[in-house]
Amino acid sequence: MGYVAIKGGAQAIEGTKDVFEFLRTSQNDSHALPLDVGTIENQLRLLHSRVISEGGVYHPTLASLAIKQSQGDTLEAAFALRAYRSTQPRLVETPVLDSKNMRVTRRISSAFKDIPGGQMLGATTDYHLRLLRMELLNESPENFRKVTEILFENSSIDDIPDTFPKVLDALRAEGLLPEVNETTDNKKPFDITREPLVFPVDRSAALATMTRAEQGSLLAIAYSNMRGYGDVHPTIAELRVGYLPVLLPHPITGELTEVGEVEVTECEVVAMYEGDNDNEATFTLGYGACFGNNEVKAISMAILDRALQKGMNEEPANPSEDPEFVLLHIDGIDSMGFCTHYKMPHYVTFQSDMDRLRTTQKKQSKKESQL
Amino acid sequence: MSLSYPFGFLDEYAKKEIRRTTLKAVAIPGYQVPYSSREMPMGRGFGTGGLQLTLSVIGKGETLKVIDQGTDDSVNAVSLRSFIEMTCEGVNTTTKTEESDLIQSRHRIPEKPLREDQILILQVPYPDPLIVVEASEEKRKTLHGEADYSRLLVKLYEDIVKFDEITISHRYPTRINNHYVIDPSPIPRWDVPKLNQSPALILLGAGREKKIYAVPPYTKAEPLAFEDVPFRVEDFNDVNGMRRCCQRCNCNNSFLDEFIDSKTGHKVYQCSDADWCEENTINNNETLEIANG
Repeated sequence: MGYVAIKGGAQAIEGTKDVFEFLRTSQNDSHALPLDVGTIENQLRLLHSRVISEGGVYHPTLASLAIKQSQGDTLEAAFALRAYRSTQPRLVETPVLDSKNMRVTRRISSAFKDIPGGQMLGATTDYHLRLLRMELLNESPENFRKVTEILFENSSIDDIPDTFPKVLDALRAEGLLPEVNETTDNKKPFDITREPLVFPVDRSAALATMTRAEQGSLLAIAYSNMRGYGDVHPTIAELRVGYLPVLLPHPITGELTEVGEVEVTECEVVAMYEGDNDNEATFTLGYGACFGNNEVKAISMAILDRALQKGMNEEPANPSEDPEFVLLHIDGIDSMGFCTHYKMPHYVTFQSDMDRLRTTQKKQSKKESQL
Repeated sequence: MSLSYPFGFLDEYAKKEIRRTTLKAVAIPGYQVPYSSREMPMGRGFGTGGLQLTLSVIGKGETLKVIDQGTDDSVNAVSLRSFIEMTCEGVNTTTKTEESDLIQSRHRIPEKPLREDQILILQVPYPDPLIVVEASEEKRKTLHGEADYSRLLVKLYEDIVKFDEITISHRYPTRINNHYVIDPSPIPRWDVPKLNQSPALILLGAGREKKIYAVPPYTKAEPLAFEDVPFRVEDFNDVNGMRRCCQRCNCNNSFLDEFIDSKTGHKVYQCSDADWCEENTINNNETLEIANG
């Protein structure tokens, strides 16, 4: 008999690449075209948003490429983007960006009907009936192009303001929210890409971890809090989606200059008040923000931020308030990697397991025979 | 657009951080030093901690061996080796233990004794041996600092009460230099004695858990046990108490994998360390040729 150990690994790996690529290109249709990255960014924009947010690099073209090569697997696509990030040095830091300056495409509040600047629904599926639109099965290129031509026919783009005041500022002016703490605000934020999480960690480390987290993981833990393993009971003061200008100091003059913009979703939730005899009672806040248009993620993050603050100040009363439990289990790259690794050979460790089991069994049967 | 990668894939700042972390790990034997741990282009759990160590310490002209479960040709070893070949120009690879300057390994320490001029890098899935008795990392850190391993010893004791045997098969908790207890990575118990007073530097890297720790050369490494219940390696004796041999090279002092022979249906044993087995087989054939004239 031949050599039993797994030989031929190199060849087998090459083979899997070929078959994977075959499936990407094997559409049974003579008119099939390869997906171009622009199509992914635009027609699959929410998938694209998700990958760019979990990948943690704002690079729309490479995010599209990652989706294309991973054949639509969000975890794999975010993973490829994250790995690319490891090859890039961090050259500069932006100052803290004020989301007041966001070029808003959508903003809502569920706290007040009439918010300063007004509700602006923008693009959302929230109120759609989820009926399959059969007409899209065979969409003609002409109809496809016509949509963008007619949307602004009856309205002037100039009528829509670029920026909106923040709902929280109105609440704060009324004394319903705690004053902004200047000392914590000016603290240098924790950089999770350059420092490991050593517990206890501060709030900025928690926020940074959540902003790159896998959406499903974040949602599941936030949902546990909403359902009853927690008591945040949030109200969305403001949810906004839009483009945030990125500012960097000019290399010569040092003056802050806009170098581009990133699409961001931001959510601020207000939760029941806290207060003791020493401090005036106010509402508490939860904050969520991430790259791209990912509203479920931003809301989940805001709820968990509020839950974690409670857990950091008091003993965590449930999993969603426990910083270690939440922050160490929401990264998609980490969790999917470790899940996948169980497919690797574990022959040696299993051999060792069998040795322990057999020894124990032997001892047990010896004992039984002595009875 | 096209991409070109720096030597060792990681940017220079990342490699510098890992080297500094490694120095700290060597200076405090067995202490898990946290580091930021970059994402690598292979899955967390596939050896990204070991890989980051390898990429940070390897240089041009050095020779590397990569093994997974004892074999150089296992799928994951192949994938890691080809990635390192792709991103580290001027680095040589080998399958021979004695030819290598660096050995990156998952789940095994080579059978052939290592030398002072070699570095062994082990891939680690769970860096903390206390995880079985304490879920919170914050609390575990205190326990390590105080060298308080009583709960781990109680776990071993409970095993004995329940099963008349310590049931830990691999990842056997091992005390380094009389203080920190480490998880020596999922090596079998067979390999644990090789950690003790090893001439080679042993580095352990956990990428997902973001920790690096070390067993420096000639450092004491003792598996946790009791005076009356000593530590024991895997038993490869048959029912008659005879040591089983490798069916390929006849070696009777190596860690064996067991298989069912697909033709005969019988259980057979073979060395888990492929390079060791290959070398024995070649030596056996030479002896045979000399004997046959």
